[in-house]
Amino acid sequence: MARTLMQEFTKGLWKEVPPFRLVLGICAALGVSTTVADGVGMGIATTFVLVCGNVLVSLLRKIIPADIRIACFIVIIATFVTIVELVMQAYAYPLFLSLGVFIPLIVVNCILLGRAEAFAYKRGVVASFLDGMGIGIGYTLALAALSAIREIIGSGMFSVPFGPKLVVFDTSWYQPMHFLLTAPGAFLCLGLMLAVMNLAPSK
Amino acid sequence: MRELYRMVIVMTLLSALSGGLLAGVRMATSARIEEQKLEFVKGPAIKRLLAGAQKDPIAARFAVKDGGAETLVFPGLKGSKPFAVALESFGKGYGKTPLGVMVAINTDSDAIAGIAVTTHSETPGLGARAQSDPSFAKGFAGLSAKEPVHVKADGGKVDALSGASITSRGVCAAVTRACEFYEKHRDEIVKKAAAAASSGKP
Repeated sequence: MARTLMQEFTKGLWKEVPPFRLVLGICAALGVSTTVADGVGMGIATTFVLVCGNVLVSLLRKIIPADIRIACFIVIIATFVTIVELVMQAYAYPLFLSLGVFIPLIVVNCILLGRAEAFAYKRGVVASFLDGMGIGIGYTLALAALSAIREIIGSGMFSVPFGPKLVVFDTSWYQPMHFLLTAPGAFLCLGLMLAVMNLAPSK
Repeated sequence: MRELYRMVIVMTLLSALSGGLLAGVRMATSARIEEQKLEFVKGPAIKRLLAGAQKDPIAARFAVKDGGAETLVFPGLKGSKPFAVALESFGKGYGKTPLGVMVAINTDSDAIAGIAVTTHSETPGLGARAQSDPSFAKGFAGLSAKEPVHVKADGGKVDALSGASITSRGVCAAVTRACEFYEKHRDEIVKKAAAAASSGKP
């Protein structure tokens, strides 16, 4: 069962990629995946909190008493989420406006608490860091894929993260499927992607 | 018992550290956040009201003191003199939070050049049209800044939004307040706007 450090990193990219294999963090995945820029922004914010939270929980794992560990994890996670919120307001205000309430909601994203409880509380700092990076990047890529499908088919556009909006299908001949931009469309997309991932080999 | 003390101490220390860290981050970012809010929340309204300005009204802004409070004034500059200034004031609408209105006043004729609602929590589809319906805002353009602004039902000249008379009155009150402020500090505002035109970067 002993995995190498490299495997701790790469497992998050495919074998345990959060929304599809672990089926965690679905709320944010459905809520902000209408444009690629929002999806990737959300992924990066989550990755930052995940890595910092994992490292700090791992560092403090001998100090935090087991009985109140969940409360301590939440304090640590909430602190980093608030930092992300403030920094995003200062340096990426349009992204902050479009992500809106989903940024404070990162606190209750199950991926974060799940990694702190299942991994970082038991393992060393380096392994926890790599685990956070792997899961975070996997989450970001999954959000990017989901939002790319929704945005391209749903509006015919592709918004490059931190860049311009590109027209993929011109609306002069393409009728955008607005359904995919709505919440039911998000569920449909996620369900189809889950099905594809279940058919794909898990190795 | 020892275990209990340990829990209390760890939790207290952790919370204190967290609070300290957040206070630090907040202090480091608050100035920039204010800038960003000006640019992205009020910026579009200011730029629309002061279309044709040759200098960025946000960069050229200055503060005018009234009593203890400061109000930011955004000058619209053409060449070496201002043609209009924009300032924000607040009124009470139907929503919980104050209704913010950016009012542009022509400095030559002392008439209202235009208004735009910046922040509000009015009912979508009713009061929220104060922001989204351009024909409501148009009703204010050209009115004199020297007298209070009222909706037609109160003996004024502004067409109220149907189904949103409280919001309409709130906007009128905010506009009136902005005009009063402008009239009271007119000389200072014009002087500072002219100074902003002749100094600083383009």
